[in-house]
Amino acid sequence: MIKSNIKLVFLSFLLFISLRPLQSAEMVDPIKVEWSFKGLTGTFDRASLQRGFQVYKEVCASCHSMQYLSYRNLGEPGGPEFSEQEVKAIAASFEIEDGPDSQGEMFTRPGKPSDKFKSPYPNVQAATAANGGAYPPDMSVLVKARKGGANYIYSVLVGYEDPPPGVTLDDGVYYNKYMAGNKIKMPNNLMDGLVEYADGTESTVDQMAKDVTTFLAWAAEPELEERHKTGIKVIIYLVLLTILVYLSMKKIWSRIDTEV
Amino acid sequence: MSEHEYTPKSKAGKWFNDRLPLLTLGAHLTDYPTPKNLNYWWTFGGILTFCLITQIVTGIVLAMHYVAHADLAFASVEHIMRDVNYGWLIRYIHSNGASMFFLAVYIHIFRSLFYGSYKSPREVIWIIGLMIYLLMMAAAFMGYVLPWGQMSFWGATVITNLFSAIPLVGDSITTWLWGAYSVDNPTLNRFFSLHYLIPFLILGLVVLHIWALHVPGNNNPVGIDIKKPSKDTVPFHPYITIKDAFALLVFMIIFAGFVFFTPNVLGHSDNYIPANPLVTPAHIVPEWYLLPFYAILRSVPDKLGGVILMFSAIFILFVLPWLDTSKVRSAVFRPIYRQFFWILVIDVLMLGYVGAMPAEGIYLVLARVGTIYYFLHFIVVMPVVGYLEKTDPIPMSISEPVLTGGAEPSLARKVNDKV
Repeated sequence: MIKSNIKLVFLSFLLFISLRPLQSAEMVDPIKVEWSFKGLTGTFDRASLQRGFQVYKEVCASCHSMQYLSYRNLGEPGGPEFSEQEVKAIAASFEIEDGPDSQGEMFTRPGKPSDKFKSPYPNVQAATAANGGAYPPDMSVLVKARKGGANYIYSVLVGYEDPPPGVTLDDGVYYNKYMAGNKIKMPNNLMDGLVEYADGTESTVDQMAKDVTTFLAWAAEPELEERHKTGIKVIIYLVLLTILVYLSMKKIWSRIDTEV
Repeated sequence: MSEHEYTPKSKAGKWFNDRLPLLTLGAHLTDYPTPKNLNYWWTFGGILTFCLITQIVTGIVLAMHYVAHADLAFASVEHIMRDVNYGWLIRYIHSNGASMFFLAVYIHIFRSLFYGSYKSPREVIWIIGLMIYLLMMAAAFMGYVLPWGQMSFWGATVITNLFSAIPLVGDSITTWLWGAYSVDNPTLNRFFSLHYLIPFLILGLVVLHIWALHVPGNNNPVGIDIKKPSKDTVPFHPYITIKDAFALLVFMIIFAGFVFFTPNVLGHSDNYIPANPLVTPAHIVPEWYLLPFYAILRSVPDKLGGVILMFSAIFILFVLPWLDTSKVRSAVFRPIYRQFFWILVIDVLMLGYVGAMPAEGIYLVLARVGTIYYFLHFIVVMPVVGYLEKTDPIPMSISEPVLTGGAEPSLARKVNDKV
């Protein structure tokens, strides 16, 4: 009785959910990519993360900050896992402002692994002013901050098109199939062969978009691999404990003439 | 209370118990006679206690690292996620824990509605429970503001602006709530303070809730009064504790599934964008557990009317024990009310769904129909059905229909099938 009613409730709820496509028909759904980090046991592709960092450093970083990441994160387990020397070298390639020193003066020094990623602009206003009035968002948690996540970021990167007839664009505005409203102020920065990958991978637009999206997905969720690994252990432990408790319960309740 | 007077075995125990009868209380809690036919819908009280403790423990740890300042809050949350040892785990348990808490409380409330647990003599338990529910909503709302993302900021703006609908003093009250002329740093600070306070108020009310429960004892799926202790009851420990533990573990598996594999699915992606007073998100939506009330609020074209209706939707539950005229508690024996109960469940789910959708077109129509039905259920259906309905025969005791199967076998089978 109760069970069949629950089924009814569940079915009607599914009906409501299925109404959803009516509403979002105008938006183009992002391309679905089989990311290695999806799924219960998903992990990041180490090589792709390293390449993605290269794309970020050489292309994105000229406008986008990643202020919540430190250079040391690049060497931590579950990330691009650069070696200690590589991380030190990467950090040292940036001039970081520090201070004030004992004289009260600010000074610059080579970066250390403990430094946060250097931002291209001193503040949001400067970034906005330098980019035609559109603030290039900080990319630390960008993948978590967009509906559609990694698929959406990847789709936007490869979604540049000529505007359809009848659509006129202002200067500094570009047409993008996947962007909300189809208008984006970021130009199409990726073109085949733009970066030279150290591991010899061919740097097609698609490859670079996938690599940098993978890197951004890690940046947003650096704990992902540990989370998945711990999660599997936790679930297995809980299931075993549940079985033991269930059997104990059956035994205890067998003293009573009621079933549990 | 158990029939026999409890005496501690050890001399020290007796000495202490004479001065503070904690051991007597412990004995009462373990012996507490509980109906033996409680089904799994009755395990959510224990699950909710677990949720509250989990929220308090993880919350205290988060507060050690969180900074309640408009310029630093977002960054401090990222600091927790990245730099604090297992900070991501603690925060995801806390944020998903809120959702699990509400999932459990909704099941707990609807169980009460189905089996008539709010009816005499348990009205006070029901009312204390509703006060806990109100505080939970306040705590959850303020907690959602703390990360200071876009939804935090704009959710806070929308909800606090509701108070400006109050005639004459509305604007002053809103400014007073904000501590500023808009949602700003003072608002964040006081929300943090209150967010830390409320769980302990809830804890106090939970003690009263359980105390009030232990006076008449548990309701049960058959909904009849039972003699305590008797053949119809079992001691709370070990029978109910082990059953609660089993149900809790199943609940924890689902909980862990969310925390470890889809930790952000119940949140809104906009909340990972730092709060920006100059940019309004396309759709401002509250967390899922507040959506039915949000739908009711938006179904009324008038702001004050919407606010009044939204609060009425909650406060009408306080008088429910007196709106329900039926002498029979359990819906198992109420064929008509049972149908209306499930319609109400579907209605609330539908309101929750349209609450997440833009308030226009078909969604607005559905919201209005859903809102009207919600109130009709309590104001018309409950009193009228209770008065007119011909209820099914009720067994004399939990074990009787089974034990005296010879006398009325059809009834015995009926009861067994249903419960």
